[in-house]
Amino acid sequence: MINTKIFEHSAIGRLLLADKAGRYLIAVLLAAMVLVPLCNLIMPEGSFLYVPTYVVVLLGKYLCYALLALALDLIWGYCGILSLGHGAFFALGGYAMGMHLMRQIGERGVYGNAELPDFMVFLNWTELPWYWYGFDNFFFSMFMVALVPAVLAFVFGWLAFRSRVTGVYLSIITQAMTYALLLAFFRNDMGFGGNNGLTDFKDILGFSLQSDVTRCVLFALSALSVVLAYVLCRAIVSSKYGRVLVAIRDAESRTRFMGYRVEHFKLFVFVVSAILAGIAGALYVPQVGIINPGEFGPINSIEIVIWVAIGGRGTLFGAVIGAVAVNYAKTYFTGAFPEVWLFMLGTLFVISTLYLPKGIVGVVTQMRERRAERNATSTPEQGAES
Amino acid sequence: MSAVVKSPGFHSDEIQSMLYLSGVTKSFDGFKAINNLSLDIAPGELRAIIGPNGAGKSTMMDIITGKTRPDTGQVRFQDSIDLTQYDEADIANLGIGRKFQKPTVVETLTVWENVELALAGTRSVMRALFHKLSAEQADKITDVIQLVGLKAKTGDLAGSLSHGQKQWLEIGMLIVQGPELLLVDEPAAGMTDHETMETAALLKEINKDHTVVVVEHDMDFIKALDSKVTVLHEGSVLAEGRLEVVSANPRVIEVYLGR
Repeated sequence: MINTKIFEHSAIGRLLLADKAGRYLIAVLLAAMVLVPLCNLIMPEGSFLYVPTYVVVLLGKYLCYALLALALDLIWGYCGILSLGHGAFFALGGYAMGMHLMRQIGERGVYGNAELPDFMVFLNWTELPWYWYGFDNFFFSMFMVALVPAVLAFVFGWLAFRSRVTGVYLSIITQAMTYALLLAFFRNDMGFGGNNGLTDFKDILGFSLQSDVTRCVLFALSALSVVLAYVLCRAIVSSKYGRVLVAIRDAESRTRFMGYRVEHFKLFVFVVSAILAGIAGALYVPQVGIINPGEFGPINSIEIVIWVAIGGRGTLFGAVIGAVAVNYAKTYFTGAFPEVWLFMLGTLFVISTLYLPKGIVGVVTQMRERRAERNATSTPEQGAES
Repeated sequence: MSAVVKSPGFHSDEIQSMLYLSGVTKSFDGFKAINNLSLDIAPGELRAIIGPNGAGKSTMMDIITGKTRPDTGQVRFQDSIDLTQYDEADIANLGIGRKFQKPTVVETLTVWENVELALAGTRSVMRALFHKLSAEQADKITDVIQLVGLKAKTGDLAGSLSHGQKQWLEIGMLIVQGPELLLVDEPAAGMTDHETMETAALLKEINKDHTVVVVEHDMDFIKALDSKVTVLHEGSVLAEGRLEVVSANPRVIEVYLGR
């Protein structure tokens, strides 16, 4: 079918050769990356194959969530670090992107002030705070998208892991971290737009954010980011480093007595995960057109955990499937029965914890194993008949 | 001296004692788990430590391996290294391997992968990310798996092993770590009689190249080890010597053997 020779020559190829589900996932994502924009831009409206722009944006949003779920699965699924504050890294990446988009508005704001964003004019500020410097520059902003979550994760992780805060205690302080940031970003004097956040964006790199082409490009970039992040995460968990992570997850003190600096191993993966979450936030903001402190909400972070749990923890592709499936369900049910969605989400979580400990992926694997067993027992009979 | 020197790797002409504890005390909320404990293990020695529950055996292990810091007293490794200054990972890299009471292996990894992780080498994050196994390392892993009798289980998940096999795997993981001193906590707990004897033989085999300290309850196992015995009671040493001598001590009979 596929010529495996091509794969064997590169390290990444060998990685994918051993990861069938991952190959399917990447194939689907790459196909979507090409076909969805094509069906939006080329197909005439009303055609059977036409994908409306709102669907493109919605799918792009799901992919950002998928990237965020991957980030969480990397630390929770493989190292047992249950972060209930991963939404914070996502939001910080989003804010960094939002600040750049605010600077791009220039004098097209309501007050027509080229120097200051609207909300600062409204607050009677006279000059730009120092921490907004540099966000005019796209590359500086993209650097900040990765750097800000990384620095927070590094400082937080360094303190927490060095003090050997683990398990539920770690979960609680990550939750406290995102809540503290939520309260901070709500304040007008922080200079991030208070409870309205940052919005009213016009364009990115000169391309209008309202145009279908820009939206399709953002969608394609989101799909590509999920693919690249998936390969990166797969490479990490397949290395010896990944096996040390699993050892830490399942036998932390054994790993210490083997001579591994557990805190360094945790810190590295925590920072990588925070950067991926930041990138997800940065892709999300131009597609939804707003970033506000609500993204720091503790509930948001808990939802990420639910996506991963429902998809299948510790598999990477499960995280992607879970994020897309749960958010599709959310879109559908919040439209059809808005009052019951949160109850449904809770029920889904309880059911998946009680009956599907390995999530959707676990159920599929189990079904395949059963079928394989049945085939194995039925083959000899067929042989006897012929 | 020559009876003690069992391996050329020990530099025993320089080192007087592999492990030296003097006047070590540790209390938890006023309870003295370790009370003025002194212990001296010579290079190449095989030492058994016995004592009733609560005698302070596990706390002693915790102090030596850096998990717990003593309130007072000296803990020295190879004469000059003050172990109280280091943490678990440092101490493991200095050359002290520890086997837990409950078998502790990584159940979701295979036997091979468990041994690979324990294999001596640098422990840095970057090295682990870009690690490639050399043929020499692979041979070493194969050898150790063979030594602990798990060759047929090489590719199996450690979680699927029996209790005794997990104990052996953990011992194998200790050996590839390349330690000078092995601390083994109740290796025969929960084993069948046959497994117990095999484990004693395995530890004697390992003792050819390593200094070994074994904490154990099982008297048959201690007999099979045929080594010097230290009896702990209420956090300090009650008696020390050959098993025949120690077991004749009336105090020992009273607090431990008689029960």
